[in-house]
Amino acid sequence: MIDLIYLTVLLPLIGFAINGLLGPKIKNEKVIGVIGSGAVGISFLISLGIFFELLGKPAAERHFIVNLFQWIKVDYLNIPIGYQVDPLSILMALVVTGVGFVIHVYSIGYMHGDKGFWRFFAYLNLFIFAMMNLILADNFVLLFLGWEGVGLCSYLLIGFWYDRKFENSTTADAAKKAFVVNRIGDFGFLIGMFIIYLTFNSLRFEEVFAQVKLGGIPESTFNMIALFLFIGATGKSAQIPLYVWLPDAMAGPTPVSALIHAATMVTAGVYMVARTSVIYASAPTIMMVVAVVGLLTAIFAASIGLVQNDIKKVLAYSTVSQLGYMFLAMGVGAFTAGIFHVMTHAFFKALLFLAAGSVIHGMHEEQNIQKYGGLKKYMPVTYLTFLTGAIAISGIPPFSGFFSKDEILWYSYANAGFAFWLVGAITAMLTAFYMFRLYSLTFEGEGRFDHHHVHPHESPKVMTVPLIVLAILSVIGGFIGIPEIFSGSGGNQIKNWLDPVFKPANSLLAKHGAHSHFEEILLMAVSVAAAAGAIYFARFVYLKRKDIAESASLKFPGLYRLLFNKYLIDEAYDKAIISPIVKVSDGFLWKFTDVKIIDGLVNKTASLIESFASQIRKMQTGVAQFYAVIMVLGIVIAFFWIMASL
Amino acid sequence: METSTILNYLLFVPLAGALLLMVFPSANKNAIRYFGLFTSLVTFIISLLVYYSFDSGVYGFDKFQFEFKYSWISDLSISYYVGVDGLSLILVLLTTFLTPLTLLSTWNSIQIKVKEFTFFMLVLEMGMIGVFISLDLFLFYVFWEAMLIPMYFIIGIWGGERRIYASVKFFIYTMFGSLLMLVAIIWLAVYASSSTGYFTTNLLELYKVSPALGLDIQTYLFFAFALSFAIKVPLFPLHTWLPDAHVEAPTAGSVILAGVLLKMGTYGLVRFCLPLFPQASVEYAGWISLLAVIGVIYGALVAMVQKDMKKLVAYSSVSHLGFVVLGIFAFTPEGMQGAIIQMINHGLSTGALFLLVGFIYERTHTRQIADYGGIAAVVPVYSAVMLIVALSSIGLPGLNGFIGEFLILIGAFKSPVLSNWMYAIVAASGVIFAAVYLLWMYQRIFFGPVKKLELRGLTDMNGKELFIMVTLIIFIVWIGVYPTTFLQMTDKYSSALVNSILSVNGIIIR
Amino acid sequence: MIPIEHYLFLSSFMFVTGVVGVITRRNAIVVFMSIELMLNSANLVFVTFSSYLGNVTGQLVVFFVMAVAAAEAAVGLAIIIAIFRNKLTVNLDEINILKW
Repeated sequence: MIDLIYLTVLLPLIGFAINGLLGPKIKNEKVIGVIGSGAVGISFLISLGIFFELLGKPAAERHFIVNLFQWIKVDYLNIPIGYQVDPLSILMALVVTGVGFVIHVYSIGYMHGDKGFWRFFAYLNLFIFAMMNLILADNFVLLFLGWEGVGLCSYLLIGFWYDRKFENSTTADAAKKAFVVNRIGDFGFLIGMFIIYLTFNSLRFEEVFAQVKLGGIPESTFNMIALFLFIGATGKSAQIPLYVWLPDAMAGPTPVSALIHAATMVTAGVYMVARTSVIYASAPTIMMVVAVVGLLTAIFAASIGLVQNDIKKVLAYSTVSQLGYMFLAMGVGAFTAGIFHVMTHAFFKALLFLAAGSVIHGMHEEQNIQKYGGLKKYMPVTYLTFLTGAIAISGIPPFSGFFSKDEILWYSYANAGFAFWLVGAITAMLTAFYMFRLYSLTFEGEGRFDHHHVHPHESPKVMTVPLIVLAILSVIGGFIGIPEIFSGSGGNQIKNWLDPVFKPANSLLAKHGAHSHFEEILLMAVSVAAAAGAIYFARFVYLKRKDIAESASLKFPGLYRLLFNKYLIDEAYDKAIISPIVKVSDGFLWKFTDVKIIDGLVNKTASLIESFASQIRKMQTGVAQFYAVIMVLGIVIAFFWIMASL
Repeated sequence: METSTILNYLLFVPLAGALLLMVFPSANKNAIRYFGLFTSLVTFIISLLVYYSFDSGVYGFDKFQFEFKYSWISDLSISYYVGVDGLSLILVLLTTFLTPLTLLSTWNSIQIKVKEFTFFMLVLEMGMIGVFISLDLFLFYVFWEAMLIPMYFIIGIWGGERRIYASVKFFIYTMFGSLLMLVAIIWLAVYASSSTGYFTTNLLELYKVSPALGLDIQTYLFFAFALSFAIKVPLFPLHTWLPDAHVEAPTAGSVILAGVLLKMGTYGLVRFCLPLFPQASVEYAGWISLLAVIGVIYGALVAMVQKDMKKLVAYSSVSHLGFVVLGIFAFTPEGMQGAIIQMINHGLSTGALFLLVGFIYERTHTRQIADYGGIAAVVPVYSAVMLIVALSSIGLPGLNGFIGEFLILIGAFKSPVLSNWMYAIVAASGVIFAAVYLLWMYQRIFFGPVKKLELRGLTDMNGKELFIMVTLIIFIVWIGVYPTTFLQMTDKYSSALVNSILSVNGIIIR
Repeated sequence: MIPIEHYLFLSSFMFVTGVVGVITRRNAIVVFMSIELMLNSANLVFVTFSSYLGNVTGQLVVFFVMAVAAAEAAVGLAIIIAIFRNKLTVNLDEINILKW
């Protein structure tokens, strides 16, 4: 079964090829949808089979490499197309194909009637193909192929409705921004990869990590590698300072936001850090950088999320914030907790996006939450599932978000200190607040939409069933990671499962002093209470006393505008980086250096020669006799010269 | 020495085709086109035959196969001497592959003086093949110069509005460099007579003689050669003929110019500059790489702000060829292999981009990006093909561009000659700008609402155009997914060349 | 026997006459005739030396010169006629279209 791992990669590619090449001819949405979803569904089943096969093996033997063929070979640089099956990759594969499959099915309903239906499914399948490469790769270069591939699909899907407007620009602008910002990250990844090759003479995970474990390499090298790889991660996973593309990425269709910009692709950076955990564990300074960047991103994005009015924008900033959490986990050495959060986040964030999509669908493409309200009676399934997701992300037990978030908070406290815990807990509170602001404004209270023109309705089954599936996962997903204080030693299933992968990294990390169970339970209780309080407060403000929200925004107009305008980061980037580059390229490099200086010099040389020639050509009078006189004179001079020299 | 006559056919089939074309009546355009296509296809088949009996396992940078030698000017021991190794062969294949596709693309676009055009294309093909397979510097020089003439006419007769300016500029620029090279060739040949006893331009003999020269002399000769090649590449700041020539040339001219002619510059650097003057090459590697890196960034930035599609692609060539030169002067097998594969990539991707620009130009008669907008909905196939080609040029993994750039950068990083990582790091940032300029162009042409009413009437690619593009895309994907086919052709050559140069300079690598 | 100086003097005189004619006259036909004069002065020197040195090579060359002169006369006159048809003049001062 493990040998079949390549099928999980190949099937989506075949799906892409069929829908991409024959899509316009097939025309039948059902056929296209079934091909697209089927390819991912079968991949999921194969992954599941492999998962159980691995489960049946002893923990130490759960590692396989399936080599397909040699890709790039020059000198001793040898990069195969090879897939690695281990607990981490198979867990990610399950999440990607599982959530991916559900979202594919949902898309059949959501994209119904769109003229680009076939294109949409082709792109989605291509995305799954790239994502599977990223996850299963057994070397950095193949990972990079997936890395860039998902970026491409993200580009294609953000710009899917390429003729539409998006905010002040177009969807194409958002798509290009995503690709280019990702490329900046990729640049960092490339450099990191080169330093790895220079240091270890290999780019295969197995060989590199084996050498890391041997030691003997200075920490500064590890710092450099880890830093450059992390730059790559900040691009792909939307961390400060490269997060700006993700909110704009909401220009794409909602299933895309759910699949790519919430559940899978954006967690690629987290996965990469987890995969190279040994390197990070050898670079403690950079671990700290990762933790701080993650933490800052988390609270920064959460604060922006508080005041946004676009339903998808709120979810987008929430995603940035949650990704920050995951990096916080990576930075404090809680690799398992980070990956656990990747998984639960995939469930509830995909759920929230799909539910939001269902709302948008039912509200005739309206995305402004100020124009929603009281929708729970019109769309009961969407309402219930959205509520489930909101509770899960707020970290209320026993929903899945609680377990993973709490694990991260606990490790930040235990490994990094109280300050980290505090900021993390405040972020959790903010999260609960904006999620329930969103929920209250959308589903409860009075309808603020135009009742004559807008008739909210529940979505078809093909869309609600995926919501229900994800809602169930959001509820129960956390039970595989019950903290050991409740489940007893060795009771944390996901920790046991991932332990072989992170063992080398964990053994390198310094051990911290033990903390008591009491502390853990106390902190847990405090954070849950804070979240619950935030939920209550949000409902109170947005349902009963709307004046509080308004007076708050009037009282602090500067702060409100700063948050609403997202700290003006986009504008700052534009002013400080983008437009100077364009101006310098256009005005200085091209119109001055190229045209005036270099080409000017070339043409000047030519014209100098020409003007010199135009002077001396005057000697050619055209009168033949003048030439004859000159000739005779020449002969006479030559004659006398010869005579004189005799 | 084993002799083989097959390479002669490679040269004389296009020439014979061109001469036979003379007897065709000018009015019968289709017959001329079919005959031209047929001739170039025969040439392609011959080059495939060479490929199939080629042995890529030969180690060495001075080991040639299918050699053929015939005394030409016996007093000066100048001979007609041809042969191929992996490097020549891969470029010959690129030439013979692109020529029929180019001829096919001119089916509709060239309507005046079809006979003359086809004639010049075939002569050009012969000239290009000749440059790649000559093993005698004199013969090489003859082909190098001869090939200018048909190109001059192709730009000058079938070009755009400022074609005369562009063609003269192209001609004089290139000529200027070549003359210094001629002086250096003669100097070398005279010098060789001091050790061999006779004047010779035989490359293999000069390979043995020349590296013994002192560094000062090598420097002069190196720069005399390198200037000529750098103009052809073109290396910053000698690139300004390129945008003009590209913009004014007809599509077919641009494709051949970008696809093959520019590669002659990099080919010359690898074939002549490096092995003939190993010390000077290593001594000045830093400076040349600096120019290459400047070219990478500068070309990309200037491409970004262009308003004319062809000019944009032309400046992107400056950027891509900068990568190639960086790879060459990294003196690592990775860099060398990357540079060679990148030559092919650039030929395919940029050739395809020029063809695509040409296709749309035939329909709308404008190349200004601002005149387009939102045509993705009107011409879906065209936009899909353009996207694939643009992505290959951007260097997306899985397509060809990535393989070349990746190997070049890795080579530059571990280069024993370029002591500083900054070369590679700055060059790597070129991948960001490549995405910016191509995607920005793509967005402005294809996305958004349809900008003008007349754009709604655009017709999508026809069968012939689609065939050309699919053929190119097959190779774009092939190199991206399974580059081994191409890498192994020059694998031994690259390591041999790099090792020999490094050992001459006393540099030891791990 | 007539001393060689006489021949050479005559030849020089003819040549200088020719040169002066070529430089000073304005009529193309006269200039043309002056050129013939110069050629013939050279022929005279050839024949003279041939006879004095007893070597026929000089006379051989004279035949060549005469043949060339004849051809030249034909071509030259043709050109002059063509110019006359175009410009209705054979005045050399007015024929200066070959200038810069």
